Amino acid sequence: MFELSPNTHYFSEDHTAFRHALRAFVDKEITPNVPAWEDAGRMPREIFKKIGDMGVQGVICPTNLGGSNGDFFMQIVVSEELSRCGAGGVCASLGSHSIGNPPIVNHGSDDLKTRVAMPVIAGDKISALAITEPGGGSDVGALRTNAVRDGDHFIVNGEKTFITSGMQADFFTVAVRTDAQKAGHGGISFLMIEGDTPGLGRTQLKKMGWWASDTAHLTFDNCRVPVTNLIGQEGEGFKNAMMNFNAERLTIASQAYSFAEVCYREALAWAQDRQAFGKPLSQQQVIRHKLVDMAMKIDAAKTLTYDIVYRHIHKMDPLNVHIARTSMAKITATDTMQFCADAAVQILGGMGYMQGTASERIYRETKVLSIGGGTDEIMRNLASSQLGI
Amino acid sequence: MKVLVPVKRVIDYNVKVRVKSDGSGVDLANVKMSMNPFDEIAVEEAIRLKEAGKADEVIVVSIGVKQAQETLRTALAMGADRAILVIAADDVHQDIEPLAVAKILKAVVEAEGPGLVIAGKQAIDNDMNATGQMLSALLGWSQGTFASELDVDGDTAVITREVDGGLQTIKIKMPAIVTADLRLNEPRYASLPNIMKAKKKPLDEKTAADFGVDVTPRLEIVKTTEPAARSAGIKVGSVDELVAKLKEVGAV
Repeated sequence: MFELSPNTHYFSEDHTAFRHALRAFVDKEITPNVPAWEDAGRMPREIFKKIGDMGVQGVICPTNLGGSNGDFFMQIVVSEELSRCGAGGVCASLGSHSIGNPPIVNHGSDDLKTRVAMPVIAGDKISALAITEPGGGSDVGALRTNAVRDGDHFIVNGEKTFITSGMQADFFTVAVRTDAQKAGHGGISFLMIEGDTPGLGRTQLKKMGWWASDTAHLTFDNCRVPVTNLIGQEGEGFKNAMMNFNAERLTIASQAYSFAEVCYREALAWAQDRQAFGKPLSQQQVIRHKLVDMAMKIDAAKTLTYDIVYRHIHKMDPLNVHIARTSMAKITATDTMQFCADAAVQILGGMGYMQGTASERIYRETKVLSIGGGTDEIMRNLASSQLGI
Repeated sequence: MKVLVPVKRVIDYNVKVRVKSDGSGVDLANVKMSMNPFDEIAVEEAIRLKEAGKADEVIVVSIGVKQAQETLRTALAMGADRAILVIAADDVHQDIEPLAVAKILKAVVEAEGPGLVIAGKQAIDNDMNATGQMLSALLGWSQGTFASELDVDGDTAVITREVDGGLQTIKIKMPAIVTADLRLNEPRYASLPNIMKAKKKPLDEKTAADFGVDVTPRLEIVKTTEPAARSAGIKVGSVDELVAKLKEVGAV
């Protein structure tokens, strides 16, 4: 992909300085280890500490919690640079805090902030978000895991599934139904449940891609959770979950076009090197057009995402427009990733079908981003309702 | 003890270098620049001395265009305490030659009074490998070049040097100039919290004229050319054919 100089409306010297440092870090500490981590099915704890030291987990968190109070473009820098390793499982695993921690950072008690948010930001502990259940994912209002008050504890029963970092997490931010009387969105709360709580079971799930991520199925069997672990107000869980989703979707969009870019670079390098019928593949019209189609879509997805982030930071749009455009950007970027992964594997030919190329891995990882964080279908539904269509 | 570390802003090591069409040098317009990698190692070594209680303050200095302050900020984010920027050029293509750099550094050393200067052994742009040695001569200080290990102990420093055929260990008197080789250490990364903190650290701006140093070039660049493109190889069918071909080109 062509390297543009940073647009100074979006990226300050701080963003650029951190991007450079992070790029060197990823090139040395992450990318060479991807194959081993993919085989192991999980990430070593040390790497969480290393990126904690770099300031990755606290990038947009307040400084009094050990964060750097960066704006959302700083999060974009993190997402783009980590994605250069070309392994979604690595990014998902290292990024599970970015969905698990914000409810605590934004709504948690001082005790939860000190006990949970801070060690996660420091990279000493791993945080995960648990919303999806076997009986429902995108339909958050239908979740069934329940928490029944018993003195100064909640008794939690139920199941959660597809939980990123679920095998290793020390802290789970869990959406539970605290009010059985209220159906739908009301009556849902967030509870912080510690990983070593008796009655909490974990099973690792095998997946199409994202092998380095220790995705798990969780069971809660009469787990006793102190009421002080309630995150924010009782019954506010759904609202908090929704607020979380917008940031998550923009992050997913930035990951998706960044993975597309990895495919593009790999395909371009191959096409320029590989000779067919007396000239490089890149000089064959069908191939060079395909490469331009890839660059075109990546450029558009990235530009759209930047625009939404900028307009959100500067509060330029009503919330419904922001939600609609965020939903559309997620689809735009994940479609771009699907297109580019497909084109790259095709350009690489037999080599693209072999394990060891980034394009092969990313091809297996396209679907998860079109499903996770809100499926394409939910995104279109949400956009249409927010736009009053 | 203060430690002074000169750092140079050079073309990033990942950038594919392009020669300017008139052959006067390398095109640096809108090209990613970063700290000379050997200087990163020098900064790291100075910070480690401070962490080990052997140094009190790490001062970084850069000489060149105003944008070199980004390089200094990186050094501050790594852990240096303060920075001095000596503006000596207004065009990124104007390289300040080693002798002029050494003269400016000598003036900075006289003003700051460090007990040790750690420099990169060379900058990856021009590969001169001269500034450290020239500074040592101008100051009359000991020098330990191509250091792969440094142990400062009071008035002396023990330095392991990477020389042809092996390692040489020398003991020199302080104050001294040490130039860092690749294996001296692995420099740390600038973390985001430290990048933010670095913005508050002092960065003084000076000019070459403040030190009374004339930076007019003494060397003339005659020509700059791209490395010759590698020509395609050939496949041979047997060892005999290989030997014959090698004889043909006079390689054996």
